[in-house]
Amino acid sequence: MLARLLRWETVLLVLCVVVFVVGSASDGFAEQGNISFLLLDYSEVALLAFALLPIVLTGEIDLSVASTLGFCSALTGTLWDVGMSFETIIPLVLLAGVALGSVNAVLIVRFGLPSLAVTIGTLGLYRGLAYVLLGDRAVTGFPENYRPFATDSIGGTFLPYATLLVLVVGALIAVGVHMTTVGRSLYAIGLGKETARFSGIRVNRITFSFYLLSGGLAAVASLIYTLRYNSARADNGNGLELVAVAAVLLGGVSIFGGRGTVLGVATALLAMAGLRNVLFLDDVSNEIQNVITGLLLILSVLVPVVFKPRRTKDVPLKPSVVDAERRSGADSGGRLRRDHEGV
Amino acid sequence: MAGCGGTTKGSDEAAGDGGTATQGTANPDAPIKEGLKIAFLPKEIDNPYEVMVDKGGVDAVSELKGEGKEVGPSDASASSQVSYINTLIQQRQDAIVIAANDPNAVAPALKDAMSKGIAVVTYDSDAAVDARQIFVNQADSEEIGRSQVRMVSEQIGGSGEIAILSATPNATNQNTWIKFMEDELKKPEYANVKLVKIAYGDDDDQKSFQEAQALLQTYPNLKGIIAPTTVGISAAARYLSSSPYKGKVKLTGLGTPNQMREFVKDGTVTAFALWNPTELGYLAGYAAASLASGKISGKEGEKFEAGKLGEYTIGKDGEIILGPPTEFNADNIDDFDF
Repeated sequence: MLARLLRWETVLLVLCVVVFVVGSASDGFAEQGNISFLLLDYSEVALLAFALLPIVLTGEIDLSVASTLGFCSALTGTLWDVGMSFETIIPLVLLAGVALGSVNAVLIVRFGLPSLAVTIGTLGLYRGLAYVLLGDRAVTGFPENYRPFATDSIGGTFLPYATLLVLVVGALIAVGVHMTTVGRSLYAIGLGKETARFSGIRVNRITFSFYLLSGGLAAVASLIYTLRYNSARADNGNGLELVAVAAVLLGGVSIFGGRGTVLGVATALLAMAGLRNVLFLDDVSNEIQNVITGLLLILSVLVPVVFKPRRTKDVPLKPSVVDAERRSGADSGGRLRRDHEGV
Repeated sequence: MAGCGGTTKGSDEAAGDGGTATQGTANPDAPIKEGLKIAFLPKEIDNPYEVMVDKGGVDAVSELKGEGKEVGPSDASASSQVSYINTLIQQRQDAIVIAANDPNAVAPALKDAMSKGIAVVTYDSDAAVDARQIFVNQADSEEIGRSQVRMVSEQIGGSGEIAILSATPNATNQNTWIKFMEDELKKPEYANVKLVKIAYGDDDDQKSFQEAQALLQTYPNLKGIIAPTTVGISAAARYLSSSPYKGKVKLTGLGTPNQMREFVKDGTVTAFALWNPTELGYLAGYAAASLASGKISGKEGEKFEAGKLGEYTIGKDGEIILGPPTEFNADNIDDFDF
């Protein structure tokens, strides 16, 4: 299994190198300013993707991350508008993000509701609340002593401060996911919630806490977004949840949980950021860009299914059983069996 | 990787763009340079109105022997234009012409472009004043407001009750225009024209339709309606065309020829107005080329030639006004397709 995971990351790494090598042929790609920009342009998506990763590992999803970003941005704008200092706003916005995450967590963990349904609901709800706060107004004029952290690069290098923050967050998530018991528990939960529970893993507590983390990271992303564009609006980050989910899946994380690495997601993010930049520079229209991203995504979900790892959970029922039932007419077409086959 | 590429590109720029004086003083006698690369960045690439505007712009650039192109996002969100601005900077365009989705969100990127010698013109929707050199305004708000009152008064014969069917109660554009309409109505020549109601259709087709219906039921003596929004005017026209008020109650306002054509032809609407989008883009194209050639710098009082549109003078804060709105009626509506 490890060998297979490594192989998927190798594929991504090759994709990354190809994108950047081919990209260098495009005018203006391999310049310090442009590299900084492409990294910066994906900093919010990267934070959302790192927030999603542990949740997807458990087999759940959080589609409300970008709406949480939007709400936090609107909140930043509202508070700044009433004259609150930015030093006070930062902790309040982070708290708000965690609070929104806790609403998801309560609904999913305490009430046992499906995370897909809950977070599609809060995707609309949080975005709606953002509009309640700000309407179609835009708040601007954020303090110049904070803005460089979201726009500038570290003294003369190509590395933006925001990207450094992303790297630190990514490293912390990597340590948490790959080197701690909680991290290993995520995989266990993803492979089988009941088994994990019977093995003494505190499934609810762990799931709950990662939804809080997701809200918190979305709030951090919102601060970067707001400062970077110097504009707080209710529609900030609209649609970013899909880009983040795409990065997580392209990164080799199984949507059914139990499989995936931080390195894979990080590589996928870099490849996507590079690809987007190259396509822009070559004047590829937005529609074609969406087609390419969509195909990549389908490919990333398809490849692991076609080359299925040998794992007992995933092994389909022996053909002979299905065939026998089909022959006997008990299950024509094998429909009843499909949900047992794993994916 | 970043470092080694950067050096070669840097020297390219120095060699290629040496003469451009976008930041310095202007030389009105300088010729328009040939081969200028000018990009048009609309709010949203699939919007038929913006497509018309940019067609005018690209045509202007072709007239000047430059390379014009239109690029832009498929959603009109605030930040999606920033990636495009970065791309245009890296592509070393000579000028960027942009309709800003968010005046502040695009400002840092536009300033970056200007610092690299790229001329920046806004059209249709302005960016922060210090983030561009020229703003080509489609029409003077005051002129739009006052001309609507003139049109409706003319159509109802100078006396009677009128109503306004606007967009949302807090729509900036509409409210500015309505303010000038109310001011115009204070003039003695409109002493017999009485504004009885300002209704809001929220730029929603169905709501506007219902509001138009309600206006006529509540005010049986109503003679005219002004709908200064493309959604409102077409919804009101649809209601009137199938009601007994058709032709009796006059409707005017701001609309596009394509959505209003059938109502002008069937006699529901006599005349309405809108600025000409192709000319807006055309003027912006000429302004951008003149800036990139160093003929103008965006200062108040500078003059430049805009091809078939004639000479324009830059006003306060680098603003240029396209001119009075175009009036569309049965005689000329078939000359327009947008």
